[in-house]
Amino acid sequence: MAQTKKEITVKEAIAKGDVWTKLSMILMGAGLFSHKQKAKGILVFLLEIAFIVFMAGIGISQLAALPGLGESEQGKIWNEAKGIYEYTKGDNSLTILLFGIVTLFVIAAIILLWILQMKQSYKVQKLIETNEHVPTFKEDLKSLINGNLHITLMTLPCLGILVFNIVPLVYMICMAFTSYSKEGNHLTLFDWNGLTQFGRVLNMNGTMGRQFWRVLGWTIVWAIFATFLNYILGMILALIINRKETKGKGFWRFCFILSIAVPQFVSLMIMRTMLQPQGAINILLQNAGLISSPLPFWTNATWARVTVIVINLWVGIPYTLLQITGILQNIPNELYEAAKMDGAGPVTIFFKITLPYMLFVTTPYLISSFVGNINNFNVIYLLSGGGPTNVGDTAGQTDLLVTWLYKLTVDQQYYNIGAVIGILTFVVLTIVTLVTYRNTASYKNEEAFM
Amino acid sequence: MTTLKVEGKKNRRSPRKVAVNVLVHVFLAVLAAIWVLPIFWIILTSFREEPGSYVSTFFPKGYTLNNYVKLFTDRNILNFPKMFTNTLIIAIFTCIISTFFVMSVGYSLSRMRFKFRKPYMNLAMVLGLFPGFMAMIAQYYLLKAMGLTEGGLIRLALIIAYTASTGLGFQIVKGYFDTIPHSIDEAAIIDGASQWQVFTKITLPLAKPILIYTLLTSFMAPWVDFIFAKVICRATASQYTVAIGLWNMLQKEYITQWYTCFAAGAVVVSIPISILFLFTQKYYVDGMSGAVKG
Repeated sequence: MAQTKKEITVKEAIAKGDVWTKLSMILMGAGLFSHKQKAKGILVFLLEIAFIVFMAGIGISQLAALPGLGESEQGKIWNEAKGIYEYTKGDNSLTILLFGIVTLFVIAAIILLWILQMKQSYKVQKLIETNEHVPTFKEDLKSLINGNLHITLMTLPCLGILVFNIVPLVYMICMAFTSYSKEGNHLTLFDWNGLTQFGRVLNMNGTMGRQFWRVLGWTIVWAIFATFLNYILGMILALIINRKETKGKGFWRFCFILSIAVPQFVSLMIMRTMLQPQGAINILLQNAGLISSPLPFWTNATWARVTVIVINLWVGIPYTLLQITGILQNIPNELYEAAKMDGAGPVTIFFKITLPYMLFVTTPYLISSFVGNINNFNVIYLLSGGGPTNVGDTAGQTDLLVTWLYKLTVDQQYYNIGAVIGILTFVVLTIVTLVTYRNTASYKNEEAFM
Repeated sequence: MTTLKVEGKKNRRSPRKVAVNVLVHVFLAVLAAIWVLPIFWIILTSFREEPGSYVSTFFPKGYTLNNYVKLFTDRNILNFPKMFTNTLIIAIFTCIISTFFVMSVGYSLSRMRFKFRKPYMNLAMVLGLFPGFMAMIAQYYLLKAMGLTEGGLIRLALIIAYTASTGLGFQIVKGYFDTIPHSIDEAAIIDGASQWQVFTKITLPLAKPILIYTLLTSFMAPWVDFIFAKVICRATASQYTVAIGLWNMLQKEYITQWYTCFAAGAVVVSIPISILFLFTQKYYVDGMSGAVKG
């Protein structure tokens, strides 16, 4: 066994394999079948047959249609005899694209299977040559609950991810390169059109481009405010509660954490209704004689932007509190005592000791909450709905890239532009994550702080 | 140490310290009020006699249980009982399947070593960077192509949508499994146990807290998600879940009649979540820091 630990390559299997192993190149499973692994060989061979049947049946026609995405429109033919129009079935580009992608995944799977069986059949061939024990089918099955338990456990979850996460993502990414949109009536029949949509979105002078750069700018401003305000204010709150002299620490913490326990969408919708022009807050203020007309919480761009950031503080600070209370207590006490000896006040101590220490320890948390805020659909969609929206725009003044993506696809049916926005969001997130992560102290030098 | 104590006592007695202390407590009380009042207010509203989204007094003029009664008996306009059963069915299946998925993936990544392990964890990270429902909209088309977006099958579609990618959320569970000493499994394996037996008979019982946490959080997911449900249900009102129902109660055409019922519904959904949250807080914190460590 020891000498076969080295990875077998397919090339090696083809070059050094015996007749049966070589035959497996065409008749998959032949090598396994002749090398005492009959059941496995038959299984692999059946899979190959299934693949051929699938390809001959629908696969090839789907693949052939993929480059053109279907040509024939739904036709109308005048039927003289009946005196009516008869409709012919046209192509649906959406299904063609979907099945085309599925077919490509099936082909990828069969190639993978081919590689695996080549390697395996060479491996058992060598085992036989060196007179070693070849695992029987029964032993293989048994290993599925022992040494190979991960295969048993992970197959279903992986299949789920592949079918309902990766395939849809690839599908969406493909849409970005097509004309699939309500614009120009391309909802049933559309075509590949390369990078046209990317050009439109990135071009600052066009309507789409102007909106994109504005939304991107606001998304980043929002993410910075939402992340750092929550972080710093949450930390100050935690420090105040943690003070030696503060009474009833548990009670205060409970008050703040209680708001996490209410489902977010419920509390956000309550806030939204309370801040409407005819909502509780405005009426209270008007009755008290403090204002004469309702405050434009959701109708003025600046008001709306500030409001969502402030409400996000209400939502987010308890999470920060929950997260960092424990870490705060880990700050070595000597640091504080030394600072006090040197006559540092609470503000100096916060900026010179607490904040640097916390930043050092919690950078990964900050990055993940920054990413979470860029993708923060709930807060924006449920509060302002992205509004207020200028006439003629699809993106409102408080729309983030994600909420705009939602509007473009679900409401407007500009699927291709939506997909482009999705891809660009991914690009922005990747850049942010990589750059910040590589520049953090905790990545460069893990033990540096002390 | 003793000198410090004496110093501390002296400080506490000084008038400036007392003033600061009082200020801090007042400040905390004001903040706590800001955080607690909306919750308190919604509870009051759920028992309010007058309908409508706004009344001029903070405390209702009359109290009633009718909002709860109406919520669970009125089947004509917004069929809340039906939504409740829909969500319950979906939640039960989601809970079982996704707990199984998360536990399996967490155990494999924590205890087994295989070639696909690192790539899988990296893949999970990359997939996490895509906007969540970018896949969601395409998922809808996939489910539609499978014929699952009509009538009663929508429930199945929602179960699939809620569970299919849960294998990506393994971080908390893996972090927990990592803290269970390997020596326990090794001892069991020497005694002739298979990996499967180690997983089911040793690791899972030892990980009971995180198992309960996963069961409860995945049970709760369908109750609080409303975006996915909205994208998949579209106009099929008979298959709506509780979250869409509550969302609808706040739309223009219903809000005056249904606002107090919305409050009642919000309380009904929040109570189990609050209880669950207060009991699993510790694991939640551990989980968040575990997820950060990666």
